[in-house]
Amino acid sequence: MKYILLGVALSFMGFGNAQDCSYNFRGQLTDFHDGTAIVGAAIYNRKSDTYITSDLNGTFTLQNLCAGEISLEISHIACDSKTVTYQLKGDMAETIYMEHHIEELKEVSVTGHTARKETQTAQETLLKAETLKKYSALNLGDALKEVSGVSSINTGNTVVKPMINGLHSSRLLILNNNVRLQDQEWGIEHAPNVDINSADQISVIKGSGALAYGGDAIGGVVVMNPSRMVLKDSLYGKITVGAQTNGRGYNAAALINKSFVTGWFASAQGSYKRNGDFEAPEYSLTNTGLESSNFSFRAGKKTFGSGFEVYYSYVHNTIGILRASHIGNIADVVTAINTQEPIVIDPFSYDINAPKQNVTHQLIKGSYFKRLKNFGKLSFQYDYQKNERFEYDLRVGEDRNKAALDLNLQTHSITADVLMDAKTDLKFNFGILGRYQNNFANPDTGVRRLIPDYDKYELGTYFTTEYKLNEALTLDAGVRYDFNRIDAKKFYQTSRWEERGYDQDFPQFVIDDLDTQLLTNPVFDYHTVSASAGAKYVLNDKSYLLGNYSLSSRPPNPSELFSDGLHHSAARIELGDIRLKPETSNRVAATYNYDNSKLSVLVEGFYNHIQDFMYLQPTGVEQTIRGAFPVWEYNKTNAALFGIDLSASYQFNAHWQLKDQTAYIKGDDLDNNQDLIDIPAFNTVNELLFALPTWHHFSASLKSEWVLKQNRYPENDIQVFLAATNENVLLDLSSPPPAYHLLHFYTDMDFKISDKNQLNIALNVNNLLNTNYRSYLNRLRYFADDLGRNVALQLQLNF
Amino acid sequence: MKNSKIIYASILSLIFFMGCSNDDNPTPVNQEEVITTLRVALVPETGGNSVIFQQQDLDGDGPNSPVITVSGDLMANTAYTGSITVLNELSSPTEDISEEIQAEDEDHQFFFSFANTSGSSVTYSDSDSNGNPVGLSFVMTTAEAGSETLTIVLRHQPNKSAEGVPEGNITNAGGDTDVQGSFTFNVLN
Repeated sequence: MKYILLGVALSFMGFGNAQDCSYNFRGQLTDFHDGTAIVGAAIYNRKSDTYITSDLNGTFTLQNLCAGEISLEISHIACDSKTVTYQLKGDMAETIYMEHHIEELKEVSVTGHTARKETQTAQETLLKAETLKKYSALNLGDALKEVSGVSSINTGNTVVKPMINGLHSSRLLILNNNVRLQDQEWGIEHAPNVDINSADQISVIKGSGALAYGGDAIGGVVVMNPSRMVLKDSLYGKITVGAQTNGRGYNAAALINKSFVTGWFASAQGSYKRNGDFEAPEYSLTNTGLESSNFSFRAGKKTFGSGFEVYYSYVHNTIGILRASHIGNIADVVTAINTQEPIVIDPFSYDINAPKQNVTHQLIKGSYFKRLKNFGKLSFQYDYQKNERFEYDLRVGEDRNKAALDLNLQTHSITADVLMDAKTDLKFNFGILGRYQNNFANPDTGVRRLIPDYDKYELGTYFTTEYKLNEALTLDAGVRYDFNRIDAKKFYQTSRWEERGYDQDFPQFVIDDLDTQLLTNPVFDYHTVSASAGAKYVLNDKSYLLGNYSLSSRPPNPSELFSDGLHHSAARIELGDIRLKPETSNRVAATYNYDNSKLSVLVEGFYNHIQDFMYLQPTGVEQTIRGAFPVWEYNKTNAALFGIDLSASYQFNAHWQLKDQTAYIKGDDLDNNQDLIDIPAFNTVNELLFALPTWHHFSASLKSEWVLKQNRYPENDIQVFLAATNENVLLDLSSPPPAYHLLHFYTDMDFKISDKNQLNIALNVNNLLNTNYRSYLNRLRYFADDLGRNVALQLQLNF
Repeated sequence: MKNSKIIYASILSLIFFMGCSNDDNPTPVNQEEVITTLRVALVPETGGNSVIFQQQDLDGDGPNSPVITVSGDLMANTAYTGSITVLNELSSPTEDISEEIQAEDEDHQFFFSFANTSGSSVTYSDSDSNGNPVGLSFVMTTAEAGSETLTIVLRHQPNKSAEGVPEGNITNAGGDTDVQGSFTFNVLN
């Protein structure tokens, strides 16, 4: 990081001829935070056009000054330059506070793209704007796969949920501009409602090391941050347009930032993308189109001492779900699996018909911070989120265009946070969070509610500390307590209530008896404690070690408690369990990192033991008028996950580089002595890059993605009666698809249009060889192949 | 101090959130287009007793299995005029889904299959506007005496032009199953 000594104009007002030029000015330069002296700062006096530097006590003296205004510009490495003006009428002595603190570079930075990690000892990887720009037309879940050990669980190719070290959905916490996303994230088919184009930087933290964000991040934390504002007068932004062959998609995104030296700033960002039906190598994937419109705006004032920000974000997605994946009963799945091609293949269309999802997510945030001398920083934040989710099924008659699922989730959160960083080597951070959430399931759908109406109250408090013992060793530790109350109003079928045995255990919950249905009011309180401790040990200037232990605890989500009914796309009856208790994870992790000018290696290992791990397990078959359906119940077990993630790169010379990203993970259901379902198979991504920086920053890369067959999976096969042949057959839902190998090609160049304007042109070819494949972690793998070749061209203009 | 005011206001608003619980009860869902009942009336063309096959599942996708009733035995070597009624008995008044099927007959087809080899067969006696069968009306002809199981499947959005489908073969039909019921009965001489 370089800090440029800025030259700022000084003005001097003389008083005619009656100048007395014998005054002295004595300045004391002091750190705003801890009051220490600032040594070696440059003080520039414009009038005399002279420089002096502050001494070991942080003091300096200017002699023989004339009366009138004196203006000094003070600059120091790792400080923001500061201009001070005084009216000199005699000798003066002043203390000048400087913003000298490495931590503060996070807040007020002279460049827009300073890398900033969220944690000290956790396994954290940063994805920066250069990487994210490749994913402008894609999803958060696609981009995060740049991190070794991060995969995704998909429903088709447009519903992409990130998966960190084998865990996803409620076990991951996603923060968008410091607001924890509350968007029905329990659903495996509910992709995060964020626009990747709004992020300038994304941090992926494996495990729950970042306690300030929540105590229930058993899998990990994803922190998306917009670009940081520069404390100077500037106007910059970028415009991105792209088009791709597969799905005949097109996308556009624009971002504009305006900032002022006074600290005021405003930023607006929008994006739109549209895809028609995507294509597998051999056929069209009917009804897989997508339309996405996003907008965000933020403004505020941010100076060193205080600041505020208001933020609004709007994300709207309409996502088609593969037509062939809608099935009536389990026998239809047999037909779907046996016919190697999807049952419905129509010509290409941009139309998005049922089954489809239509989701709108809005977020409003207001935040304020104040820095106090010799103390630290206080922050307050209020945020409100409104998530409206409509899911449309294939329906008949008047209900044809009526949503089958209509959920409205509203969340208010307030947080207060104190960061005590007056001492560079010992910092404390503590805070409190209150949250209220209301879910409304609209009964007008004419379909029994999947998730009931509920109110949820959350109170959390945390304390973390960071201690820099010496140059080599940094320690951190933290503890957090959370209280959760869920107060639901749910209709149970009387038959289900009794079959579950709830009539014996929870008779007090029944508030109304409607003959075939019961209205119940379950109220549950959960108290959970989480903690973390870690160390970073710098071995030498090329390598370091990280060690981290974290305890985290997650209360059951509404789906785990209350699911009750037929899940169409999975052709199964899913049942929650109101007896479930929070699950508790104990995770230990170790990292070794080595970096020299040519070789860089990062090895991350972890062991995650989860007590009372909640998961869906097949337990039998129920007959309905549509035929038989397997029943999957939420159950608990003790689970253990173990994995090693490797990232390495080797620079052969100025032009050639080889990169590797490999992950291995193993998941065990300890109680039932079997494998966990949906664990990513061993995968290795190797990339050969060629760069010619002198020629328009030309770069090209050929990437090989090799995913082995998952051989460790639970057997969940069931017997199904087929009316067509009047026989029972074994339905194999468990066997993972075979291994696959894909090649991808990427190239880009920069063209300087003017001093400030630069055009980046990128060409990306995915699945270069148009390989047929199916992924174990795609829930539509039973019905259709994954995507075929896609050629995408993208232009990005930076100004 | 200003900051303590903010903290105070924050705590107050938190208490406000905690206190503003909504005590209104949700309204029950009036379940639409749920099929609870498949009723098959078989009337012998030569006169005699009608037979009713019925499958009824009043808790939908609840834990209770559908109740299957067969009102009597069938006669061997007899043609029966068959008609199907599909009902939603959870809605009040009872909703006749067969009317919706009739209205969208191009998107629906019933399929009939027999488990044993008694020689019974079904032929469609209705058709949609494209001349393809629907199956709300049919003729079932019994052959030899014995025990037999008839499985009836209603498919939504089948591919009616696929091979064998107009003749009543479900193999290439595709679509989603809306109703599936199996009825075991005796054919007597």
